[in-house]
This record gives sequence, structure tokens and C-alpha cells, in this order.
Amino acid sequence: MLNFTIRRLVLAVPTLLFISLVIFLLLELAPGDPMAQVPLTVPPEVKEKMREALGLGQPMHIRFWKWIVQFFWIEPQVLVDSVFGTTFSEGDLRVISWQTRSPVMDIVVQRIPQTLWVVGTAYVVAILIALPIGIYSAYRQYSWFDQMGTFVSMVGFSVPPFFSGVLVIVIFSVQLGWFPSIYDTTLVVNSWDSFVVQLKQMIMPVMVLALQITAQLSRFMRASMLDNLNQDYVRTARAKGLSEYTVVMVHVLRNSMIPVVTVIALGIPSIFGGAIITEQVFKVNGIGQLLIGAIQANDLPMVQTLTFIFAVLIVLFNLIADVLYGILDPRIRYD
Amino acid sequence: MTDHDKSDTLIPDEGLAPASTALPTADVMEELATPPRSQWRDVWDQFKTHKGAMVGAILFIIIVAGVYLGPYLWSIDPTQIDIRSRNQGPSWAHPFGTDQLGRDILARMMSGGQTSVSVGITAMLLALFLGSFIGVLAGFFRRLDGPLMRLTDLFLALPLLPLLLVMMLLFREPLSAAFGLERGIFILIVCAIGITSWMPTARIVRGDVLAIKEREFVLAARSIGTSNSQIITRHILPNVLSPIMVSATLGIATAIITESALSFLGLGFPPDFPTWGRLLFDGVDYLQQYPERVFWPGLAISLTVLSVNYLGDGLRDALDPRIRGR
Repeated sequence: MLNFTIRRLVLAVPTLLFISLVIFLLLELAPGDPMAQVPLTVPPEVKEKMREALGLGQPMHIRFWKWIVQFFWIEPQVLVDSVFGTTFSEGDLRVISWQTRSPVMDIVVQRIPQTLWVVGTAYVVAILIALPIGIYSAYRQYSWFDQMGTFVSMVGFSVPPFFSGVLVIVIFSVQLGWFPSIYDTTLVVNSWDSFVVQLKQMIMPVMVLALQITAQLSRFMRASMLDNLNQDYVRTARAKGLSEYTVVMVHVLRNSMIPVVTVIALGIPSIFGGAIITEQVFKVNGIGQLLIGAIQANDLPMVQTLTFIFAVLIVLFNLIADVLYGILDPRIRYD
Repeated sequence: MTDHDKSDTLIPDEGLAPASTALPTADVMEELATPPRSQWRDVWDQFKTHKGAMVGAILFIIIVAGVYLGPYLWSIDPTQIDIRSRNQGPSWAHPFGTDQLGRDILARMMSGGQTSVSVGITAMLLALFLGSFIGVLAGFFRRLDGPLMRLTDLFLALPLLPLLLVMMLLFREPLSAAFGLERGIFILIVCAIGITSWMPTARIVRGDVLAIKEREFVLAARSIGTSNSQIITRHILPNVLSPIMVSATLGIATAIITESALSFLGLGFPPDFPTWGRLLFDGVDYLQQYPERVFWPGLAISLTVLSVNYLGDGLRDALDPRIRGR
């Protein structure tokens, strides 16, 4: 198992390098000029110097190499410095945003908590709703509850977040006036009242995100339970007189959870991607909105770093899912 | 092409001939008296029993017909500006009302639907072509399997929505300069969606090709000297048609949602060229006063995707021989 994990980790390195190269080359083709906003009165030779200051003067492969060094070598040092108070990274050039002229990773670190709060809560809520629904609709297959569950999850698949989000804004904040339509990230939770406000503003984005995740997870849970409910070991468990609760909730559920756990792990990075739209609808200033803003402002280092962070998340959680599968199911050990 | 058709229709008759000369018993005779049922007839019979799929199919046909034929009945130009009758509610002259420039929303919905549906179908066809091509190559030729599947894994590891946004940003200008504004962006969106959504099809097709390649009829075809390309087109492809059809329906749904998402983020079609996603995006500005402007395009997107998803669900059941006839 350890062997397999190490092999997969080693294999992830060329994958990530290739992805970073693809992203870099794609952005290389950008027609936008970061100097377009500079006034025309600035003489060309000064513009050329500004260009070089942004690191644009050198050939492509050198800039790619520099970006890799900055991202994989200098940024981790900055992280170590900020945690332990050391000075490894002093004087090194970091990945600089063209919009704010400050290091990209600093902005990302500022934005991540908002995304994690909203998306993470939505994911937990969705799991808590989806698993019981999946279990019960499999146990009572073709009952009205199961039919309803199928329909609701079909709707959850089909209604895109930019519509469900706008719809809940119309209903709950325009018509009923219960919740604010804009997420206020400057809110500091230090009292019961501010906690209630925070809870109120989180309900709608969490609801929209959770609907989508619930739809997928409950379908998956149901299918996985159905696969197991007709197995021989279930009949054996019933035959030896175990209670129905023990049979379903212990014997069947444990085995059905194996694929579901890996699907949950696989879904986490795609949630960050899907949250881009939800963040945009509710004006949550998380990393999704940061990416949209950077794309519209032609801030290439920011776009490159963010896209790459998404890619790292996908590769990482693929790896975690594979390893989890092996740990949970001894039949699928890879070595 | 006509030769192929003829030979295909002849095969069942030739197959029946020896059986009928063997003078079978009465009930076998009876069985033979009923005309042979084609596979597609069985599929259709099974499909009919799936209520959700039938409703989905009918709804999808109604939406597509309404969007393409509707403008012949409702002949108001969607771009015609009538500033005096702006922001009107529903009336006989404008059943869905008018927008902030006095343009008829029903006409805009139809014209937007044409773009959304044709983007969905074209992007699906492109993704399907790429996916089946790579899937068949990887499944059939062992030497290509490794590299092509690594490529698929790499594509699956890419963060797709951010990359789509970046592609829209980068190639918008050059393509609209080359093909004109509307057509350039249409090509860009279709290619972007097609290139980023072929991977699931490729994986499914590869798996099926791997299984079918080892069957006896492929061996028989090879032993009489059929070339690889003919084995693929005449023996392999018809047998992997069902997974391809199922991913086709689901592909339309994802393509429509992706296009609307791009338009919603302001990176899709230009403002004077409506699509459902763009109409929704424009409607958000007037959310408080006129919530119905968001409601109609959103409902159209959701209903189309829902009907296509049910259609795909029914098609999957109908094409699965293990479920069929149960």
C-alpha cells in the first residue's frame, strides 16, 4: 500500500508539471498587454523597463522556469517563514500580481477562508442530507419516497447554480426579505448577534451548493446500497437473526460506503470549480471571484497561479481517493 | 453507401432461409411466422415504458420545435428597439413583456434558444466525435492504449471551468476578427466545450471496445482478411453505439449548462446576441423590479436540461439488453 502511494505521488509530479506547462502556454498566447493602461505620455523606453520589471522581457522557457521556481521553491519558503518566523525567503522574488503589485499567494491566502467556510459547510450539509436519503430510497426501492428522491435529484442535476441562486435571492431576499442577497465578508463574528447575521447570510449560498451535491451523492449512495442489499452476506446476516437495523445500518451500510467515500473525496476539487458561479451570484469574495476578477483584468500571474492551484487540488484528491479505496477495501489493494 | 444498405437489409432474410427448410415443429413454425423484430423496435418498446423518458422526449421536441419554428409564427424582430414601450408587463402584444430597450422578450427567448440549443448540439457532436475516436483507437490498438489513456487522465485533471474562462478571454478577439463576431464566438464556444468534455465518452467507449474486440465475430472478420479500418467501422462501431448515444444526450445537457454559465459570467456571446444564459445575466440587473426576466430564461435552461437528462436515463435503460424485456 505504501509502495503504491509513493508510486502514485511520484507519478503526480510529471502530471502537475505538464498541466502547469499547458496553462503557461495557453496564457502565453494572450493578446492582452499589461502596459495597455499606462498613459501614452510615458516614453517607450520607460515602458520597456516597466515591462522588464514585470518579468516580460525574457524568452518563454526562462519565464516558465522562473515561475516554477517561484511557485515550488520560494512560496513554500515563505510559508515556512510565516509559520516559524525564519528568514529563508528574504530578498527572493515572489509571484507578483499585475493588478495589485503584491504577491499572489498573499491575496489567495486572504481569500481562501471565505471559500472554505461557504463551500465546506455546503459540502458537509450535503453529505448529511444525501446519505440518509440514499439509504432510505434504496431500502424502499420504487416507493413514493424513492420516486420523489429520484425526481428531486434530477432537478438538482438540471437546475444550474446561476438559476437556483438567483431564484432563492428572488424568493428569500426580494419577496420575503429574510436573508441578505450579498455576502458580507467584513463581518466579524464575536457575539451572538453577529453569529446570527453570519448564519443568515450563509444559508442561501450553502443551500444552492448543497442542492447540487446532494443530488449527485444521494443517487450514488442509493446505487451503492442497491448493489449490496441483494448480496449473499445480507441473507446470512438476516438468517442468523440480526435485527433489521443492524443488517442495514452496519453490514450493508459499511460496505456501501466504500465507493461513496471515494466519490466524496473526488468531488471536493470540483466543488471549488463549481463554487466560482455561486460565489459570483452571492458576491462572496472567495477564490472563485478572485479568478473571475483576474481574468477580466488580464492579470496573468494571478490566473496562472489560481488555475494551477485548482489543478493541484484535483490531482491531490484523485490520489487521496485511490489510496482511500485501497485502505477501505482490502480486495482492491494495488500491490 | 447504397450497396451497404442493401446488404444490411438482406442479411436477416439469408439467415432465416436455412432455418425454414428444416421443417420445424408447430410452435417454432408459429414463432417464425411472426416477422423478426428488429433491435431498434425492442429498444423503442422498452423506451415507451419509461414514463419520465417519454415526457422528457416530448418536452425536448416541443422546446426545439418552439425555438426553431416559433419565429415563423411570432415574427417580431428580437433586436428591434422600441424605447416607448419599454419595461412592459405581459400583454397580448408582448406575452412575456418587453425589456429595458423595449425589445420583445418572447422573440428574444426564441432567438436565444436557437443559439443555446445549436451550441449544445454542435458541441456535443464535436465532443462525441473526439471521444469515440480516441476511445476506439485506445481500445482497438494496444500500442496506443497507454499514451491515449494518459492523455485522457491529464485532461480529466485539468480544472475545466477556469480553463474555459481563460480560453474565452484569450481567443475571443482573434476568432471574431477572422470569422465575424457572431460566428467567431460560436466556433470558439463550441470548440472550447467540445475539447474539454470528450473524456467520459472516450473512457466508456474504450472499455466497450476492449470487450468487443475479443469476441468471436471480430476474430471471424479478421480471419477472412478484413482490414482494421473495416473491422472498426462495420463491426466495432455499431456495437458501441448505445454508450455513445447515452453520452450524446447527457453531452447536450452539459454543453447547454456550460454555455449558459459562460454567458452568465459575461464571457460568452456579446450582449446584442441573445442566448438563454445571456438573457438571464441581463435580467439579474433588474432582479428587484422584474424578477420574471430572470425566471423565463432560467426555466428554459432548466427544463431543456431536465428533459434531456430524463431522455438519457430512459435511453440507457432501453439500450441495455439486460434490462430490456423485463
